[in-house]
Amino acid sequence: MSGTDTMTPAATAPEPEHFPTTHDKPTQSTLRAALVSEWTKLRSVRSTVWSLVMTSAFTIGLGTLFCWAYLHRREQRGDRQNAVRALLFDPTARSLNGVVLAQLAIGVLGVLVMSSEYTTGMIRTSLAAVPNRRVFLLAKTIVLAAVGLVVAMVSVFVAFFMGQAVLSGDGLGTSLSADSVLRAVLGAGLYLTLIALFGLAIGTIVRRTPGAIATLFGIVLILPLIAQAFPEPWDVRIGRLAPFNAGQAMFSVRYDPDLLTPTQGLFVFLGWIVLAYIIAMVTLSRRDA
Amino acid sequence: MIELRGLTKRYGDTLAVDDLSFDITPGCVTGFLGPNGAGKTTTMRMILGLDAPTKGTALVNGKPYAEHQFPLHEVGALLDAKALHGGRRAFDHLLCLAQSNGIGRKRVTTVLEQVGLADVAKKRAGTFSLGMGQRLGIAGALLGDPGVLMFDEPVNGLDPEGIVWIRTLLRWLASEGRTVFVSSHLMTEMAMTADRLIVVGRGKLIADATVEEFTSQGEQWVQVRSAKPDALATVLTAAGGTIKTADGDQQVHGLTSTQIGDLALGAGIAIYGLTEQRATLEEVFFGMTGDSVEYHGLLGTENASAA
Repeated sequence: MSGTDTMTPAATAPEPEHFPTTHDKPTQSTLRAALVSEWTKLRSVRSTVWSLVMTSAFTIGLGTLFCWAYLHRREQRGDRQNAVRALLFDPTARSLNGVVLAQLAIGVLGVLVMSSEYTTGMIRTSLAAVPNRRVFLLAKTIVLAAVGLVVAMVSVFVAFFMGQAVLSGDGLGTSLSADSVLRAVLGAGLYLTLIALFGLAIGTIVRRTPGAIATLFGIVLILPLIAQAFPEPWDVRIGRLAPFNAGQAMFSVRYDPDLLTPTQGLFVFLGWIVLAYIIAMVTLSRRDA
Repeated sequence: MIELRGLTKRYGDTLAVDDLSFDITPGCVTGFLGPNGAGKTTTMRMILGLDAPTKGTALVNGKPYAEHQFPLHEVGALLDAKALHGGRRAFDHLLCLAQSNGIGRKRVTTVLEQVGLADVAKKRAGTFSLGMGQRLGIAGALLGDPGVLMFDEPVNGLDPEGIVWIRTLLRWLASEGRTVFVSSHLMTEMAMTADRLIVVGRGKLIADATVEEFTSQGEQWVQVRSAKPDALATVLTAAGGTIKTADGDQQVHGLTSTQIGDLALGAGIAIYGLTEQRATLEEVFFGMTGDSVEYHGLLGTENASAA
């Protein structure tokens, strides 16, 4: 790119009437350039740092707190009651419970990655720079997925280890080598990452930050509640298809008859995201910026 | 080079842009003039591929904008100073644009210096004044060293020094052989900057001419004050002039001041005043766009041409 610095009048001499000047066209792919650009965009706004810190804090802090609270309540119950409860107790899921709140923080980050473009007016500048809207959405998705995956995985593993450290004080902890535990921890990290992408797709469809956040929260938090209003057995059959319940199947170790299997859960949740992305891609391509 | 062919944009029942066809050629500043709501911004957005035309095409350097792999090397555009994320530092704003088109960091520093924002490069763009925002937008347009530049109302919000700076910059970019396309609703501003004017009103093309052609379009007359207006009128009418009387003065159309002076001398009529008058560019502009202004105020429309 030696030729891109030829803007000063002195540099464009000796033929002022001659244009274009000797600038070299970049040889990289459009996607590669867009990825670098989106990384700069993501790291250069404060909301990114804030929502990632909140994601970590909720996952680790609340996970540990839930474990501690379980022990605390256990002391107040009789031995007989505790013996029954111990059968149902899932120490892995308990230490990962902070995901319930963390998903909102990382989901909001996903929403903001696109909605802030529209809310601020940056979208016009962005799409003038990267007019291929598929590449634009793909670059945002890849960068968000990469950043989200790192933060989510680190958070869930720390939450798991801290939670087990608390529980093992009463001999209730488990370890990564136990059956399905590693799968559940990885599942929680993957769930958080995918929620960020879900937020990005919703942000693309809704375009305004408040509406997009309300939509995301509605689907993640309210949909399972609405499902409960259906008569049996449809409350369970429909409820387990809701994104959060499908995701919960991914990070539970103990079998829960009201949930899907972990693999089913992953695919149902991926189905939601694919659906959101299809709508996002169509609206992004068709609508005026 | 920008080529528009039958470019049309319809929003519901409103034709925002109505069948525009013209070329914007390199090496000169083309002014895009029209009252607010005339479709200037929509036209520019369609050129940039941000809005899809209802009909027609807009080509930049022979291709639709979106087909350029790295468009910032072809076209630089300032659409509006608020088209940025206020939470991002000026440097980072330009950096992410540069990177998206394979442009290096050094160039970001260069354009920041060019627009005079080097000292505030680390400040968040949201803290900028409108004028500084315009400069930042212009820096973004210059990033790719493009052959085509488009500016939507670039003097908006600028102080007099900034306006002179923009004017100089536009002239210089055109002198380098670039295509420069600038919109404005201020006729006098455009007359000082542009070589050619494209005037639109209600989305339609009203005029497309050089600034000289424009100026010569305006009505010309000679304002005369004399000792014997009635006798002079007879002489001037006989010589082919037409006369209107206003406030005791006579407005003479169709004769030059030299001819009038000679005729008055021949008739032995003393002349006290003889002034050549011409409609201002603003009056020419209002004459052309008057019917096409979308939102007339109830007050002051009679005096609009004097404003």
